[in-house]
Amino acid sequence: MSVHGSLPAVRPWKSIERRLKEHGVTGRWAVILPPMLWLTIFFLIPLGVVFGISLSTKQFGRPPYSSLLSVGENGTVQLTLHLSNYLKLFQDGLYIAAYLNSIKIAAISTAIALVIGYPMAYFIARSPDRWRNILLMLVILPFWTSFLLRVYALTGFMRGNGVINNFLGLFGIQPIVMLQTDFAVYVGIVYSYLPFMILPLYTTLVKLDGALLEASADLGARPYRTFLSITLPLSLPGIIAGSMLVFIPAIGEFVIPSLLGGPSTLMIGRVLWDEFFSNTNWPRASAVAIAMLIVVVVPIMLLQRAQNAVVERK
Amino acid sequence: MRRGWLLPLFAVLGFAFLYLPIISLVVFSFNESRLVTVWSRFSLKWYGELFADPQMLGAALLSLRIAAISSTIALVLGTLCAVALVRFRRFRGRTALTGMVSAPLVMPDVITGLSLLLLFVAMETFFGWPAGRGELTIILAHTTFCMAYITVVVQSRLSDMDLSLEEAAMDLGATPARVFFDITLPIIAPALISGWLLGFTLSLDDLVIASFVSGPGSSTLPMVIFSKIRLGVSPDVNALATIIIGIVSVGVLGATILQMTRPKVNRT
Amino acid sequence: MAKKPQLAVDTRPWRDPNAKPFVRIKNVTKKFGDVAAVADVSLDIYKSELFCLLGGSGSGKSTLLRMLAGFEEPTSGTIEIDGQDMTGVPPYQRPVNMMFQSYALFPHMSVEKNIAYGLKREGMPKDEIAARVEELLRLVKLEPYAQRRPHQLSGGQRQRVALARALAKRPKLLLLDEPLGALDKKLREETQFELVKIQETLGVTFIVVTHDQEEAMSLATRIGVMNQGEIAMIGEPADVYEFPNSRFVAGFIGSVNMFEGVVTEDEADHVRIRSAEAGCDIYVDHGVDCAPDQILWYAIRPEKITLTRERPEGDANIAKGIVEDIAYLGDMSVFQVKLDSGQYMRVTKANSERGDPNAIKWDEEVYAQWSGGAGSVLTV
Repeated sequence: MSVHGSLPAVRPWKSIERRLKEHGVTGRWAVILPPMLWLTIFFLIPLGVVFGISLSTKQFGRPPYSSLLSVGENGTVQLTLHLSNYLKLFQDGLYIAAYLNSIKIAAISTAIALVIGYPMAYFIARSPDRWRNILLMLVILPFWTSFLLRVYALTGFMRGNGVINNFLGLFGIQPIVMLQTDFAVYVGIVYSYLPFMILPLYTTLVKLDGALLEASADLGARPYRTFLSITLPLSLPGIIAGSMLVFIPAIGEFVIPSLLGGPSTLMIGRVLWDEFFSNTNWPRASAVAIAMLIVVVVPIMLLQRAQNAVVERK
Repeated sequence: MRRGWLLPLFAVLGFAFLYLPIISLVVFSFNESRLVTVWSRFSLKWYGELFADPQMLGAALLSLRIAAISSTIALVLGTLCAVALVRFRRFRGRTALTGMVSAPLVMPDVITGLSLLLLFVAMETFFGWPAGRGELTIILAHTTFCMAYITVVVQSRLSDMDLSLEEAAMDLGATPARVFFDITLPIIAPALISGWLLGFTLSLDDLVIASFVSGPGSSTLPMVIFSKIRLGVSPDVNALATIIIGIVSVGVLGATILQMTRPKVNRT
Repeated sequence: MAKKPQLAVDTRPWRDPNAKPFVRIKNVTKKFGDVAAVADVSLDIYKSELFCLLGGSGSGKSTLLRMLAGFEEPTSGTIEIDGQDMTGVPPYQRPVNMMFQSYALFPHMSVEKNIAYGLKREGMPKDEIAARVEELLRLVKLEPYAQRRPHQLSGGQRQRVALARALAKRPKLLLLDEPLGALDKKLREETQFELVKIQETLGVTFIVVTHDQEEAMSLATRIGVMNQGEIAMIGEPADVYEFPNSRFVAGFIGSVNMFEGVVTEDEADHVRIRSAEAGCDIYVDHGVDCAPDQILWYAIRPEKITLTRERPEGDANIAKGIVEDIAYLGDMSVFQVKLDSGQYMRVTKANSERGDPNAIKWDEEVYAQWSGGAGSVLTV
C-alpha cells in the first residue's frame, strides 16, 4: 500500500507561503513579474521619457536637450516646461500637412491592398485543400524575406532604366517616372503589406460555411448577389483586421517613403526621422512622436474592441 | 462557387505582383553588368564582392548574433507573458500587461526607436549605464519588440490547448511548475519554435529601431544595406538578397512540406 | 447490474445511522459571478459506494465534481474526504484521482508513460512503477498496447488507459466525468459491466457524473439527482425510480404519466383524487400528507398500466381512450393512448406472447387500468 493518501507533512515554508498569500502574493508572480518589469522599463517608461523631453527645448551639448529640473540660486528646484514644440506643431503647416498626408496615403494604400488582396484570399480559401497550403506558403514567403530588400527590389523595378521601363521601351514607349512619387509609395506600401491583408481575410473566408453559399443559390440568388449579401458581410471581421494591420503601421512608415517617395511625399515618420537625425532637435521629434501616438491610438482602440468582440464570441 | 476565369486570373496577377520584383532581384544578381536593368552576361562577381566586403560581413555577423540573443530572451519573456495571460484568470495589472504587450505590435517603428534611445540616454545621464549605445542597447530594444510578437504566437497556441491535460497532470500529483515542463511545454513546442524564428527574422530585418539605438561601430546589416541603396543600385546587395531569399525559401518550403506530411496527430 | 444486496447482513451503509461517511459535502455553494452553479448542496457518500450524480446540463453536477477534485474552490461550505477538510488543498495534494470526460491522455507520452505519470510524481522507485503499470495494463486488458501513443488507439482503448491511469495511485476516491459518453451503445454496455466489476474488486469509492439516466441506474449503488445546482433526490436506483419525491425527479428518470388532480377524500389509509386530466378518479391505497381540496399530481409509470378492451370492474384508476399510436420495439410495445379527457397516456407492455392474435391494435377503444399502489402522489 503506497504512502499516498494523507496530506504531506507541513513544509517549513508553508507558513510563510500562507502569509504571502494573504497579501495577494502567490507563486504566480514569478511568471508575471519578469515580462511585466521588462515591458514597464523598456516600453512604458520610454514613452514617459519621450513625453518629458517633448516639453524641453533643443540645446547644444550631450544630451542635446535642456533638463526639465534645475536647481535655482537659492537651492530651490525648478521645473521648466516648454510648450513651444507643441505650439510649433500647430503653427508650422509642415507638420499638419505631414499628418494629414500620412493618413491619406495610408488610407489609399489600404484600400488598394484590400481590392487586390480580397480576390487573392478568396481564391485561396476556395481552392482544394492540397493547393491551399502551397498557395498560403507562397503568400507567406515574401514576408519572411527582408522587408528592406523587397522595397529595394521595387526600386530596381520602377527606376528610370528599371525593368518596367525597359519592358515598355521594347514597344517604343518613353520611360515613365515612377520613383520619387506618391504613386511609388502606394505601390511600396501595398507590396510590403499585402500578406498582412491576405492572411486575416483568408482566415475569415476559409471558415465561411460553403453551405451558406449553396443555400443562397438555392433560394435564387445569382453569384454576385450571393457575394454582396452573404460573403462580403460575413467576411467583415477579416476585412477590418486586415485593414487595420495595413493602415496603422503605414501611417508611421519611414523606409518606404524615404526610398520610394519624393521630396514632396510628406509622411510623418520621415518628418520625425529628419527632426531627430538631420536637425538633432530631439524635443521637437518627441513632440511629433506624441502627436503621432494620439493619431494612431484611435484606430488601435478600434482594433482592440473588434478583437475583444471576437474573443468574447469564442 | 465562382467557377469563372476572372478570379484565377486576378489571383495569378496578384502573385505575379508579389514575386516579379523579387525574381528580377535574383536574376540581376547574376548579371555581369553593373546596370541592374540590362542583361549582359551571367557572372558570379557580385557574390565575390559581397564576401570580400568586410563591412558587409561584419554587419551580417553582428545582426545574426543580435537576432539570436534577442529572440532567445524574447522567447522566455514572451512565453511567461503568454502563460500569465492565458492561464491566470485575474491578477492585478492584467489590463496593463495586455496593453503593454500588444502595443509594440502596432506602434510605428520610429516611435519605438526614439523612445528607447531617449531612455538609454536618460539612463546614461542618471546611472552611467548603459555606457554609450551599441550591441547591448540593440539587443535590449529588439528583445522588447520581438517579445510582443512571440507572446501573440504562443498565446494563440496555448489557448487552443486542451486545459484538461494540465488538470489531469495536477490531479495525478504534479505541481503547477511540473505541469508546465512535463505537459505544456512539449505540447506548445511548435509554437515556441515558430515564435523564435519569427523573432529572429524580425530582429534581423529591423532598420529603424536599430538606427536609433545603435552606436558607433555597431552597424547592423540593414543599416549597411540602407546606406548603400540610398545612393543607388548596388549589385552586391542583389547578391545578398538572393542568398537570403534562397535560405528563407528552403526554410519555408521545408516547414510547409513537414506540416503537410506529418501524420494527423490528435489536435490537443 | 446493481449491487446484489447480501442476504444475511445489510451492507448498505447509508441505511446504518452509525456509519461514518467517507465524503462529506456540507452546504457547498459555488458562485460564478452572480450565478450559483451549485446552491447549498449537502451530501454524504460512503466507502466503496458507486455513487452517481445525475443531472442535465447546467445542473451543477460537473461543478460539484470539480470541487471534489480540487479544480474549483467552493464559495462557501466544506468538503471532507476521509475526515480531512479539503478547503484550500490543491488537486495535486488530494487523495483523489479523476477520469476526465475527454480522457485527457498526454499525447506526447506512450500508454505506459501516461499510466506511470502519477506514480513518478509520488517518487516511487522505477521497478515498482514498472510492476504496477503492468498490473494495471492487465486489469484493463491492454498489455500489448503499452508502447502505443494515444492517437494510435481507439476510443474504447483510450478510455481504458484513462481508467488505468486514474487507478494507478490507488486513490481513496475516484471521480469519473461522463465516463461512457463517447462510446457507442454496445461498447457502453460492456464497459458498464467491467467498470462495476473493477469497482467491486478494488473496493474504491467511485463518484460518477452522468446525464444518462440509464447509465446511472445500471451503475449506481445510489443516485443523486441534481437540478439547477441543487440536489433533487438521493436514493437507491429503485427508490428514485419507484418512489420519486417530486415531479422533476419523476419526469427526469424514465418516462411517466403525470396527472393533475384535486384531493376529494383524505384519510389515514387512503386518498382519493379527482383528475380532469385523467378523466377519472384516482384511488391511492395509502395515506398521503396533504389537505382536502389540495391540488397535487399523480405519477404513474407506463409499465404499471394494463390495457383492456372491456371495461374493468371498479370506480377508480380506470381511464378510457383510443389507441392512437403503437411503437413496436421488439421486446415491448409502447402505446400512445389518447384519453377521453384529451390528455395522452403512455403505456408499455412486454411482448410476452409471440404473434399474439389478441394484441390491441390501432384506433381501438381501450380501458387503461392500474392498481392503487402503483403510482406516486407528488405535492411538489
